[in-house]
Amino acid sequence: MISSISSNHIIIAPIGSVIKDSILTQLAEFIYDRCGLECRIEARVEIPDTCHNKIRGQYDSKEILKYLISHSHPKSLKFIGITELDLFVPILKYVYGLSQINGQFAVISLHRLYPGFYNDPPNPNLFFSRIQKTTLHELGHAFGLTHCREKKCVMYSSIRIADTDMKESSFCSTCFELFKWHRENAK
Amino acid sequence: MNKKTRILIVDDETAIRESLKDWLLEDGYTIDLASCGEDAVAMAEKKNWDIILLDLKMPGMDGLETMEKLKEARPETEILMMTAFATIDTAVKAIKQGAFDYLVKPFDPDEVDMQIKKIVNHKQLVMENILLRQQLEEKSRYDEIIGRSDAMQEIFDLISRVAPTDSTVLITGESGTGKELVAQAIHGNSRRCYMPFIAVNCGALPDSLLESELFGYEKGAFTGAEYTKKGRFELADKGTLFLDEIGDISLKTQVDLLRVLQQREFRRLGGQDLINVDVRILAATNRNLQNAIKEKRFRDDLYYRLNVISIHIPPLRDRKEDIELLSEAFIRRYCIEMNKEERKITPNAKKLLQDYSWPGNVRELENIIERALVIGRGDKITEEDLPFSKKTAPLPPLPKSLKLMEKVHIERVLSENDWNISRSAQDLGVDRQTLYNKIEKYHIKKED
Repeated sequence: MISSISSNHIIIAPIGSVIKDSILTQLAEFIYDRCGLECRIEARVEIPDTCHNKIRGQYDSKEILKYLISHSHPKSLKFIGITELDLFVPILKYVYGLSQINGQFAVISLHRLYPGFYNDPPNPNLFFSRIQKTTLHELGHAFGLTHCREKKCVMYSSIRIADTDMKESSFCSTCFELFKWHRENAK
Repeated sequence: MNKKTRILIVDDETAIRESLKDWLLEDGYTIDLASCGEDAVAMAEKKNWDIILLDLKMPGMDGLETMEKLKEARPETEILMMTAFATIDTAVKAIKQGAFDYLVKPFDPDEVDMQIKKIVNHKQLVMENILLRQQLEEKSRYDEIIGRSDAMQEIFDLISRVAPTDSTVLITGESGTGKELVAQAIHGNSRRCYMPFIAVNCGALPDSLLESELFGYEKGAFTGAEYTKKGRFELADKGTLFLDEIGDISLKTQVDLLRVLQQREFRRLGGQDLINVDVRILAATNRNLQNAIKEKRFRDDLYYRLNVISIHIPPLRDRKEDIELLSEAFIRRYCIEMNKEERKITPNAKKLLQDYSWPGNVRELENIIERALVIGRGDKITEEDLPFSKKTAPLPPLPKSLKLMEKVHIERVLSENDWNISRSAQDLGVDRQTLYNKIEKYHIKKED
């Protein structure tokens, strides 16, 4: 965990499920490393049943964001929720994560980031690399960035897990400049 | 990803509309929303989108009816139908009625991304195609035909009125006046402009060859017909057939041609089947067809078939005000082709161009400008660069006496060769001594 907290920090919190401390801590260090933004890890946030779609057996990420917006009032620049739950939006079969574009909240699901989900053997490095990329991607959206054409850029659209694996865990130079601009204007 | 692509989402379910909007916003698309077909149709009166994602099953106006109305208002907008499994049959029906494709809800992220990108690419290709066509249209408009004279202005006006019709046009004028350019302009401004423009130089082909060129032939129709070949009439189907030098065709071919013009059908040589074609005929000649009719060399019924509308292009000597404009246009064209700096024409050279009689018309002027640009070394075209500067512009009246004619001819050859006796003798086909004798005999002296 990053020790000194500024008003321009980011909150990371488990949502609706337990997340290993080591994952959250490493993620906080990763965000600080990539974005220069300090992170604070907060306690788990429980979500209401209304977010659960029994027919689909998944959780509506949009409803989760709505709940966070109405019930959490963090005094942070951004709030990133991390969950084990499988997320969807009504029009799509699944999502890896969802953010308010240029907003405060984002939620990331680990459910489809496990190699085991694709019947691949466990690979902690690959799994954490996917978490890093998905988090940075959604954080980018929360700062107002849209998808990038550069396949190696973390802001490249991840439609399949292969897209995530192919890209790097950093912004391309253009997206980084945009990110810095948005970050400065958000402060 | 593509900020210029505008998308309208039409769905009665708020959650679907909103989640799709969020998903597409991440890709940078511009998104509008409508909650029913009626709203979408009303919005389409005022606004245009590249893509409309349209729910098939909505209360009130359903997807199919909405699509019909949207297509009426915005035919260029592509529509992607959104449907549940139960209504795939209807979605297929929608494609038959003009939808680009359909997506089954909930979407596979991969599929929606692929479909939208497919439409964006398709629309880009359509746009490129439209741009290329516009370029072609602009090129085929009138820019190849140049003239500020009243006569040419009348021709431009006539072309613009004649082009949209399907009428046969007879274009007359001396050789080199630009009859084919007028034919191309008529075709280029007609509804047939995207279909073939096929030109046949009837005067350049012997009778038997012209027949097979025009009507085609079946395999084995004659010795050497090893395969079936389509004729120019068939190749020009839905387009324009330009019959150049129509005054030169034989009476037999005139009969065949008349039959096609009357019945719009023909048989290939050696063929049994009648072939129907939809071809607009444009014909041209440098001959006086009315005289040819009097002399029984041209059928009057064919003449009247061809001469529904006539356009006569005056010779260049009768529209001298166009010479300067034409010269400048040719200079521009050839300087670009030759990668040279654009050149001006000196006043003296301009006067020579104006005074010349131009028997070869615009084609001759074009050739002379091209030649001047090739051989000229200065930054301007001078009278020295023009072939008729000393020889033919303007020529003195020719003497009738044979002796005097010989004297004038020798003077001219000597002048052309700068009084180089050896070269002049060679040009005249005599030996040097003979040339000296003639110079002495006719008292020819070198001019200063």
